Amino acid sequence: MKNQKNMTELAKSLAAILLALVIGALFILISGESPLTAYGALLQGALGSPQALANTVSKSIPLAFTGLAVALGSRCGMLNIGAEGQLHAGAMASVLTALWFSFLPAPLLVVVSIAAGIMAGMLVGCVPGIFKAKFNTSEVIVAIMLNYICTLFTSWLVNGPYKVEGSTAQTELIPESIWFGRLLPRTQLTYALPLLILVAVLMYIFLWKTSAGFKLRAVGANPNASRTAGIKVNMYLITSMLLSGGIAALAGVTEVFGKYHRFIEGFSPSFGFTGIAVAILGRNHPAGVMLTAFLFGIMDMGSLRMSRETMVSTNMVTVIQSLVILFVAAPELIKWHKRSRAGRH
Amino acid sequence: MDAIKMIGIVKCFGSVRANDGIDFVVKKQEIHCLLGENGTGKSTLMNILFGLYHPDAGEIFINEEKAQISNPNDAYGKGIGMVHQHFMLVNQLTVLENIILGKEAGNFILNRKESRRNVQELVERFGFQIDLDEKVENLSVGMMQRVEILKTLYRGADIIILDEPTAVLTPQEVDELFKILRQLKSSGKTIIFITHKLNETMSLSDRVTVIRKGKVVFSCDTKDTSEKELATQMVGRQVEEIVAGRDSKPGEVLLELRNVRLHSRAASTVNLKVHAGEILGIAGVDGNGQQELENLITGNQKLTEGELFLYGTNAGPLSIQERKNMGLGYIPSDRHKNAMVSDFSISENFLLGYQDSKEYSKKGLVDYKALAADAQKQVETFEIKVAGIDQQIGQLSGGNQQKVILGREISHDPGVVLVAQPVRGLDIGAIERVHKTLLDLRNQGKAILLISAELSEIMNLSDRIAVLYEGEACAQFENGAYTKEEIGLFMAGKKQEVS
Repeated sequence: MKNQKNMTELAKSLAAILLALVIGALFILISGESPLTAYGALLQGALGSPQALANTVSKSIPLAFTGLAVALGSRCGMLNIGAEGQLHAGAMASVLTALWFSFLPAPLLVVVSIAAGIMAGMLVGCVPGIFKAKFNTSEVIVAIMLNYICTLFTSWLVNGPYKVEGSTAQTELIPESIWFGRLLPRTQLTYALPLLILVAVLMYIFLWKTSAGFKLRAVGANPNASRTAGIKVNMYLITSMLLSGGIAALAGVTEVFGKYHRFIEGFSPSFGFTGIAVAILGRNHPAGVMLTAFLFGIMDMGSLRMSRETMVSTNMVTVIQSLVILFVAAPELIKWHKRSRAGRH
Repeated sequence: MDAIKMIGIVKCFGSVRANDGIDFVVKKQEIHCLLGENGTGKSTLMNILFGLYHPDAGEIFINEEKAQISNPNDAYGKGIGMVHQHFMLVNQLTVLENIILGKEAGNFILNRKESRRNVQELVERFGFQIDLDEKVENLSVGMMQRVEILKTLYRGADIIILDEPTAVLTPQEVDELFKILRQLKSSGKTIIFITHKLNETMSLSDRVTVIRKGKVVFSCDTKDTSEKELATQMVGRQVEEIVAGRDSKPGEVLLELRNVRLHSRAASTVNLKVHAGEILGIAGVDGNGQQELENLITGNQKLTEGELFLYGTNAGPLSIQERKNMGLGYIPSDRHKNAMVSDFSISENFLLGYQDSKEYSKKGLVDYKALAADAQKQVETFEIKVAGIDQQIGQLSGGNQQKVILGREISHDPGVVLVAQPVRGLDIGAIERVHKTLLDLRNQGKAILLISAELSEIMNLSDRIAVLYEGEACAQFENGAYTKEEIGLFMAGKKQEVS
């Protein structure tokens, strides 16, 4: 029964993707190109060689982290729209920690820096949770406000006190000894991948094997029944946002430690918001989220080759991704909105 | 002449045939009871007649003319009105405003005078006693129902459908309603009365049609049948009513409320004691403090005044979980909202609230094997009809859901059980099972507090009875000390004489 339900969910996601691709094909056709050639180039560009594949995976990693973050919140009935702010805070905190404590031995420094990043994300993440628990404020509003605060505050830091000489708004490089090592030379695939897999597995075990995870999911599925059953609902609202913020922060941390080795303004092309789509399309399940993030990675990576070989712009991928979001997210968001309203009565 | 003739009505929801070829005939100027258990398709049939649903097959004749009813406006156009189970009134408006709402006299500018004259005329013609200028929020439930009936009359209904109208009324209000309905009948109206109560059918109707599993199984003049025959037709087998023997041997007090104020509007506080081995029944019309009583005992709501003792310990400051751990089982009145997680499986629902118990929690991990074994055992002992313990509980019938919840709450062997509206929306088979389980628990020496709006349930099961009215316990007595009618008076606010 449970599997059957998972299968229908999967089918719905696949249908949305297929529909988006078909409509995308129509647009390509209108612009006078062959959809088959365009999509072929896209796949070739994303999966055509081991290097391409590695870069595709690397592109999907931040989306997977933000997707997992949003999924965890959603399992507790909290829409974490604040992943964008949390990953900025996490990236900045980890970079600053790495710069301040650069005298520490590398193995210790990497752990301390990552921990600082995660904690910064948790700190930002738990705020909407606390407001929801204490004052029944919508977590969405608080998180959106925090997004501004975090992105603008990190922007000020990187344009002001921690800016290096030059025209780009970026910090100094973190010590090379703690850069994430590459899994495949001449690609961007780093140890961020095993870290992601670890987080996804831990999240699965937490949600479906532990009693704390059970309580978190119960609160998400029916807060009233959970309260009646003696579960401390408010505590789980905060906990879920705390964990969600921590996972979202890893999206930022792995980007700066693996790719840029410093904090650069605007390093995130809205990973946090795309993460919402990834979570919804992945049905808030770690495996589904990883698959969806990979799919988005394919589109991002392949779009370059597609635009090179055909007249189709890389923006077409954004159109397709947006269509996927429209087909999947819209009904889910409406459902979520209804449930959160019903929950308040 | 036939006021209504529905032939071969079929209506499917997904794979469920809610109406499976129903023929239903109502003669003009009769009171016709549509009798059946919950979920047998009575309301579906009437919603089709009222234009809310469209039949997949079948024909409808109104006053022997073929009719196409595609929405409630069509229905009103053909003289059909419906009073729903849940009232559709605007609380802030007056009775008059509610009645004319949507069909005001005058074009654009509201002609209050004419509207009032029209409504006043109706009120006098049918002998309603009601103040047209009172705000609806100040009315009793019985009065609100009259407003609903007036609304249908004002819209010119000759055929009035009432969907389970007595569920929310005291016995006296039921009598009043029946008087009004007979009055309507004698002035030429036709009444269709949806119910699952046998005694009401017998005392009110001229004809009765019994529906079971989407089909008409029985139809006859009421005078030619009996309550027993109707019950058998309705359920499809012989039924026995479960009644407690008067042989309980109450032990010590396990649950006690001392000077507890149920809500701020209550004029006085409540004192209740529940002993081991007895059922204390809480009678009363819904909304007289029952929900608050539930919440205060479980800890969902903090006490504002008074004290609560569980097993002799002051439980006021304890959390919900701590009270559960002391041995407090709880069947909430609102099953969907408070007792279960619809999207979760049966076994996960069986775990809810006990996820940290030593049976199911091993170092923070859930022991799903032990859980599955126990859930399977409960499914078998309670004969819960499921595809498997991984099936979502939301897909089960109300009766089977309630059995899962009952099984969960008693499997951890609580000494005190709080049971609220345990058979609401259940079919007769499940009701029997739930009642039998409650009596078994009593005989095992548990202390049971039973809150129910169904007076017959309270009278059948309780050893002692307390009646709630506006947050006060206006009477407390041994079961048998008063008749049903006398208890009805307490439910309407009469105070017990203290001797």
